[in-house]
Amino acid sequence: MKDRLIYLDHAATTPVKPEVLEAMLPYFSQKFGNASSIYSLGRESKKAIEEARDRTAAAIGAQSKEIFFTGSGTEADNWAIKGVAYANRKKGNHIITTAIEHHAILHTCQYLESDGFEVTYLPVDGNGLVTPDTVRAAIKPNTILITIMFANNEIGTIQPISEIGKIAKEKGVYFHTDAVQAVGNVKINVDDMNIDLLSLSAHKFYGPKGIGALYIRKGTKITSFLHGGAQERGRRASTENVAAVVGLGKAIELASQNVDEYNKKLLALRDHAIEEIQKNIPFVRLNGDRTSRLPGNVNFSFEFIEGESLLLMLDMKGIAASSGSACTSGSLDPSHVLLAIGLPHEIAHGSLRLTFGEENTREELDYLLDTLPAIVQRLREMSPLYQVAAR
Amino acid sequence: MYSEKVMDHFSNPRNVGEIADANGVGQVGNPKCGDIMKMYLKIEDNIIVDAKFKTFGCGAAVATSSMATELVKGKTVEEALRITNKAVAEALDGLPPVKMHCSNLAEEAIKSAIEDYKRRIGLLNEEDAGNACGRRCEDIHNLDDAD
Repeated sequence: MKDRLIYLDHAATTPVKPEVLEAMLPYFSQKFGNASSIYSLGRESKKAIEEARDRTAAAIGAQSKEIFFTGSGTEADNWAIKGVAYANRKKGNHIITTAIEHHAILHTCQYLESDGFEVTYLPVDGNGLVTPDTVRAAIKPNTILITIMFANNEIGTIQPISEIGKIAKEKGVYFHTDAVQAVGNVKINVDDMNIDLLSLSAHKFYGPKGIGALYIRKGTKITSFLHGGAQERGRRASTENVAAVVGLGKAIELASQNVDEYNKKLLALRDHAIEEIQKNIPFVRLNGDRTSRLPGNVNFSFEFIEGESLLLMLDMKGIAASSGSACTSGSLDPSHVLLAIGLPHEIAHGSLRLTFGEENTREELDYLLDTLPAIVQRLREMSPLYQVAAR
Repeated sequence: MYSEKVMDHFSNPRNVGEIADANGVGQVGNPKCGDIMKMYLKIEDNIIVDAKFKTFGCGAAVATSSMATELVKGKTVEEALRITNKAVAEALDGLPPVKMHCSNLAEEAIKSAIEDYKRRIGLLNEEDAGNACGRRCEDIHNLDDAD
């Protein structure tokens, strides 16, 4: 057993905060009522759900009745895209998205393509940014939806969401954003940013797994996904996962309260990590925009080495991180995001993503920064590519 | 997901490096696919007396390279040519299914290095030079499918 674990993979998931867990616990065995039941035990569950809805709405500047709980961020993405697509099919069949979306968006769009929809996958620049002008230029008379992620899960690039929202509003096209990585890290106001639909997921901001939400602006034409009971105002049938909903509500409330402090802490870790790695390790490339970037995201490519090997070696030192290498994806291709920003395959294979969070300390970062150069050097010495480059 | 033996060969790879006076050198794989294996053999009187490797690749690629060099040492050329990808994987107590192509790479690296040796001693014409060199991801993947 390793004597320490330094968790640097908060974009994958976060631990549930003690306050969040505490808020959830009563809803398993004591206050276990079905929120649809009429008696007080049921009403108690109903009340807890509505409180969580209020907290979620408040966090993104929405109205409570515009928040719909889902089983995950992926479900929220599927619902937003398929729901808007099918409800507005008479108006048009064109959807605009980007090449660097999460698979929950890309594979949903591909599914719709197989059902007669037309999808434009906008390119991004070398830093992963979409330019608002390319969004504007892609809009056609049959465009019904623009779906662009708020912030990228791999390279951390934050998109110009307000500008895109403005264009969407001006053109009368629905605008959805997958904000799974952004909520808790970035201040969001759906009205100011002209966002019509927004997906979020609790486990990215210290809430439990298996619970997400979709914000749907009042008046948005969208079909339902799950048919059955009258839960979620008849739009998403399923007995509510009360404890998880409560956890989401508590977690998003804490995240909103702490966002400035949290940002400050993460920015300090992120910027120190970026500077030190650039200074101490040769043949590296920072992936993603340097400034329009999630506060906890660091993503580097280390030339001549492969990401999975790097992760295994870090793991042996007690450090948990992530990579866009093919070997970690189970396919032969490296991350579509790294390829979309123009990285050659061999550089994309050598990527390392570090994502900082609440419990990380400067001491932990120093340990990483002490450990990483030797690991990179060891793998390079083993690499026939480095041998050639060194000559 | 990896066996203890894979992790052992990954964290303490045997025979990493180059052989200055190698008389059989083979490189297979492609940086595009994320793995390249370069194998150096020293062959005397038809017997492989030393083997070393350099590998760019995942944990399984490093471990199979290490195991392949261990397996060929002391063997005759003919015996080494009979080492299959399955034998390399089995010697490592198995590989996850998605990593089986790494064991193909090890088998190909052995064959490629021996081909180079045969070419050097005039047992092989340039034009017969094998198909083992410079395999691409697609080929390796097809080998997977064939299994």
